[in-house]
Amino acid sequence: MKILVPVKRVIDPYVNIRVKSDQTGVETENVKMSMNPFCEIAVEEAIRLKEAGKAEEIIAVSIGNQSCQETIRTALAMGADRGIHVLTEEKVEPISIAKILAKICESESPGLVISGKQAIDGDNNQTGQMLAALTDMPQGTFASKVEIDGDKVKVTREIDGGLQTVNLNMPAIITTDLRLNEPRYASLPNIMKAKKKPIDQKSPEDYGVDVTPRVSILKVIEPPKRQAGIKVENVGDLVEKLKNEAGVI
Amino acid sequence: MTSLFYIEHANGKVSDQSLKAITAASQIEGDVHGLIVGSNIDEAVAEASKINGLSKLLHLDDAAFDNVLAEKLTQVIFNIAGDYDYFLAAATTTGKNVMPRLAAKLDVSQISEIVAVEGADTFIRTIYAGNAIATVQTSDAKKVLTVRPTAFKAATTDSAECEVAKINAENIPSISEFVGEELTKSDRPELTSAKTIISGGRGMQNGENFELLDKVAEKLGAAVGASRAAVDAGFVPNDYQVGQTGKVVAPELYIAVGISGAIQHLAGMKDSKIIVAINKDEEAPIFDVADYGLVADLFQVLPELEQAL
Repeated sequence: MKILVPVKRVIDPYVNIRVKSDQTGVETENVKMSMNPFCEIAVEEAIRLKEAGKAEEIIAVSIGNQSCQETIRTALAMGADRGIHVLTEEKVEPISIAKILAKICESESPGLVISGKQAIDGDNNQTGQMLAALTDMPQGTFASKVEIDGDKVKVTREIDGGLQTVNLNMPAIITTDLRLNEPRYASLPNIMKAKKKPIDQKSPEDYGVDVTPRVSILKVIEPPKRQAGIKVENVGDLVEKLKNEAGVI
Repeated sequence: MTSLFYIEHANGKVSDQSLKAITAASQIEGDVHGLIVGSNIDEAVAEASKINGLSKLLHLDDAAFDNVLAEKLTQVIFNIAGDYDYFLAAATTTGKNVMPRLAAKLDVSQISEIVAVEGADTFIRTIYAGNAIATVQTSDAKKVLTVRPTAFKAATTDSAECEVAKINAENIPSISEFVGEELTKSDRPELTSAKTIISGGRGMQNGENFELLDKVAEKLGAAVGASRAAVDAGFVPNDYQVGQTGKVVAPELYIAVGISGAIQHLAGMKDSKIIVAINKDEEAPIFDVADYGLVADLFQVLPELEQAL
């Protein structure tokens, strides 16, 4: 079985976000970039399934500019076997990403697609679900546990009230939540080895997908700043303020 | 223009999240129809039919939908999609699961977790963990939206009952099945609807210490939450998580205990009315957003606070 893992290059989660002064977006020049943390969890889960003998090959896919190759190399260094880079300078929306991935699913026939539940830049939380719709596959979103049993996969999902378990026919789409696993760091020898692993370069046109955005960003602004309040000396003061000044208890 | 809003319910009541999110639907020009699914839910249907602003309620009365699976519910909405221009749901784990699948079937983009309706095709949403606020405009004819409930006031349920129409489930795929649910049992209010929340972070040191928060929560009638760090460290389950990758809350009072205040956490709680921070590190960024800060050891403060309340 093959596992397809889409990976996204995003601003590193520990970088402070700066909104551009012309309100067109967020500053991405000369900013540290990383693999989206949920995508790292997806790569790790795929590797663990391969190590457990449930999968033979892991394909990492990234869609975006030339630098996305680095993100694919990171996945390869962690343990993915080969990469597909779909090169485009366009800001590709989830629906178009899903369409490209659906075409890749057609040619690669993976038994599972494991993706992150959301990217920490757009916070959209859409691509996995959309890919599932386009391929008519079932979806196990926000997964905290994945168990393959024959031609089914049992997925434990993080839901608002607790956990939900679903049984999905394979092929299936899984999107990862935080507790699914703790991603490994790539070792130096593996980073070296990853340089020799193949990355196939494609374009959206190769897949016949029009990636023109449907949603335009009119304006991006900073959120209103919250002012720091006062420090209180002790618990007595705190309770007094909450009762009499704020009136919230 | 007509909007279809998916109404969630549990234990005979319409979910508070849905009541808030439906207000966004009411702000869009035209009628709002509701969709509610499940069998033996007369009480919830009766309450839903009285939601202010709703002109028609569709009820899929089918035991196969007592537990909602995205594959099946998406098909139900898709079957009637020709009648509607807008499709909305609260940005709950159900809404987030179902709506993008619907959007792709309709071949449109989805706009996730809107916090304001600016016009027929223009909406406001947050990106980068709330560090930026984007105004976006869609060119798609049909619009699929999820709504961040904390950004809207709950609709009242005191209007005259609207028309309730039963619908059927057709062409439902059977590629997935519900196995079970393990819901966190708690006497506390639900995080997303609680008026007061007390949350613990890595400073709590372990899961057992969350009992200290429970005791204060008991006195305040508060819900208990946690930062991602506390969830990552295994102190508490994920459904406690407040933040970018967890729940977004906006209670009257939010007490952050042993939480440093990473941007990912602030994304989930900075719209709270009053924020209290208790942390022994006076440099912790949480103090920058707190109305009241107490620099002290939480293990001393929490029992004192419990006593004082």
